[in-house]
Amino acid sequence: MNRRWGLRLTLTARLTLLFTAVSLAVLCGLGVMVTLASQAHFVDLDRDYLTDKAALVRKVVAGSTDLDQMSQRLQELLQSHTGLYVRLELGPQTLYGEEADTFPADLLPTTGRLKPSDWTWDGTLLRGAVVALPAPAFLGGDAAPSLRLLLAMDTHHHTHFMEELQRSLMVYLLVAGLASGLLAWWAARRGLTPLRDMRERARRVTSHQLDERMPVGSVPVEMAELAQELNTMLERLQRDFQRLSEFSSDLAHELRTPISNLLTQTQVTLAQPRDAVTYRDTLASNAEEFQRLGRMVSDMLLLAKTDHGLALPHREPVALHQAAQALFDYFDVVAEEKGVMLVLEGQATTQGDRLMLQRAISNLLSNAIRHAPEHSRVHVSVSHTDGMASLCVDNAGPPIACEHLPRLFDRFYRMDKSRAHLNAEGTGLGLAITRAIMEAHGGMVSVASTAERTRFCLQFPAA
Amino acid sequence: MLGCSGSPAGTLAAVNILIVEDEPKTGEYLRQGLREAGFSVDLATRGNDGLHLALEGQHDLVILDVMLPELDGWQVLKGLRSMGRQMPVLFLTARDQVEDRVRGLELGADDYLVKPFSFAELLARVRVILRRGRPSQEVTTLQLADLELDLLRRRVLRSGKRIDLTAKEFGLLELLMRRQGEVLPRSLIASQVWDLNFDSDTNVIDVAVRRLRAKVDEGFEPRLIHTVRGMGYVMEIPEVGA
Repeated sequence: MNRRWGLRLTLTARLTLLFTAVSLAVLCGLGVMVTLASQAHFVDLDRDYLTDKAALVRKVVAGSTDLDQMSQRLQELLQSHTGLYVRLELGPQTLYGEEADTFPADLLPTTGRLKPSDWTWDGTLLRGAVVALPAPAFLGGDAAPSLRLLLAMDTHHHTHFMEELQRSLMVYLLVAGLASGLLAWWAARRGLTPLRDMRERARRVTSHQLDERMPVGSVPVEMAELAQELNTMLERLQRDFQRLSEFSSDLAHELRTPISNLLTQTQVTLAQPRDAVTYRDTLASNAEEFQRLGRMVSDMLLLAKTDHGLALPHREPVALHQAAQALFDYFDVVAEEKGVMLVLEGQATTQGDRLMLQRAISNLLSNAIRHAPEHSRVHVSVSHTDGMASLCVDNAGPPIACEHLPRLFDRFYRMDKSRAHLNAEGTGLGLAITRAIMEAHGGMVSVASTAERTRFCLQFPAA
Repeated sequence: MLGCSGSPAGTLAAVNILIVEDEPKTGEYLRQGLREAGFSVDLATRGNDGLHLALEGQHDLVILDVMLPELDGWQVLKGLRSMGRQMPVLFLTARDQVEDRVRGLELGADDYLVKPFSFAELLARVRVILRRGRPSQEVTTLQLADLELDLLRRRVLRSGKRIDLTAKEFGLLELLMRRQGEVLPRSLIASQVWDLNFDSDTNVIDVAVRRLRAKVDEGFEPRLIHTVRGMGYVMEIPEVGA
């Protein structure tokens, strides 16, 4: 539900409403313009009419010899013009025509073009103007004060026309609005067909069928981008899903083997009465295996947590050389047993969780010592360049084939697929954990292998 | 000889521990293990039973599972503290979340262990917690049989003969001597001697103990440093006839 409107409209309905509203607005505007233009046109016509009549009156007045003759001629001239009101006055004196109250008192004479005004008299809409006329000869000629000619015409036929016009405009507006609504609905439905296609495709995507993709070429350009994004998302999901299911099956396999060993061992031991020493041996061996399983589960949980974007428990400055030195103290005995010399050079500080960083380095270091030949050196070089701290662990050893290098950090990845690892100490998760820890720190881990040496590097972003 | 029977100093014999754990097997084995380690143990399987028992009895330590029916571990701890019971509490949790730890410590838990944990680890932690409250007498020398550790001068004598140890070897020996009779798991040794607080899958501790043993035990009788397979290492005078 749309919270703001309390009502969720379909896209088609929205578009239809929008189109209809727009066309109604346009049509209304047009109607208003037609009305205004007609009114302006009527004003023009009326002015011409009044001007014309004023000119006639002026001619009659100028050509008259006395007041009676003038009145008579004016009467003849104007009697056929219904709806025309004429008054000729000289000061307060009426020379001809209507009563003074037909015209408003404040009507002012205009010079040049007539500027008619509108008023209502006795329920009739009038439009009129005042014109100054020079006095005729019998009233004193040009020297005498000029006469005022007041003209007005009934405009009710205009009003009638305008009402008619507006009524037909309204009807037209309704019909056109309805028609454009229907057209808009049809257009919206047609325009949104690709969207429905996409919905159909999306419906077909399930965890078993992640290979369905949105059509990119056949949809409009605006939607092609969306389709492209959706496809990228699907690809990402498919990849992650693939990795997850691989991981799950790896996990099941990794757990199945030791569990089946434990079960076999325990049941074989139980099958016959044995002496206490045998029982104790079996239990102790089981305990060791269980501890390894426990470690594996803890490691997996750590990895699962880092998958969801691990929040570092602590963030503090960590001196990498000191962390490495502390680990040297720890690994010293093992290295010494093997005659491997641990060498540390350089120093650098980064920001991070001390415990986690130590763990990351520890995994590299124990790998290096494990794979280093006897009486060789393991180099740990710490450096600081361009604000980036890095720590590299370098040991002599046989080359690692290129195809293995990028996969070394995968969970449970082993170069040789045999079961030889089962007696190994590791859980097969060490490098995956190192990578996860580095990613949580915004850094990265890389590996390079040459004919004689293997080198793992941790790189931290600028602190 | 499991190494955890018969507490060395006999000081823990009268210690009462309450376990609140709903998983029957876990609870039962914990009870058995702690009993055999010389503690007197009560077991409750539900949160409110546990709280009730803890309020009734006189326990020196409560081991609390977090996920419990009815009242969960947090609520039991809150209940205890609100009634003014200040005995130490050790949490067992199946979830290793930072928030859980913080919450537990805020509520006044003394320690926590994440499942799966090893029993040796639990035992070692229990002993550390129980020792905390006691006035520790300042010792300058540690002794076991004819092995003598001079903590001030950092010197080791076996049968009067001087033994040269590296700093870490001395630290390792001191830990084993201070906690003689207790089986110390590898993870505890790594954290106490090397300050490494994560489970490492290397055999460093084994190598270190082997080298220490070569210096301290080789050529002497009786052997003092013993391996308890599947659990860890213990330092003690072996029982006669064992």
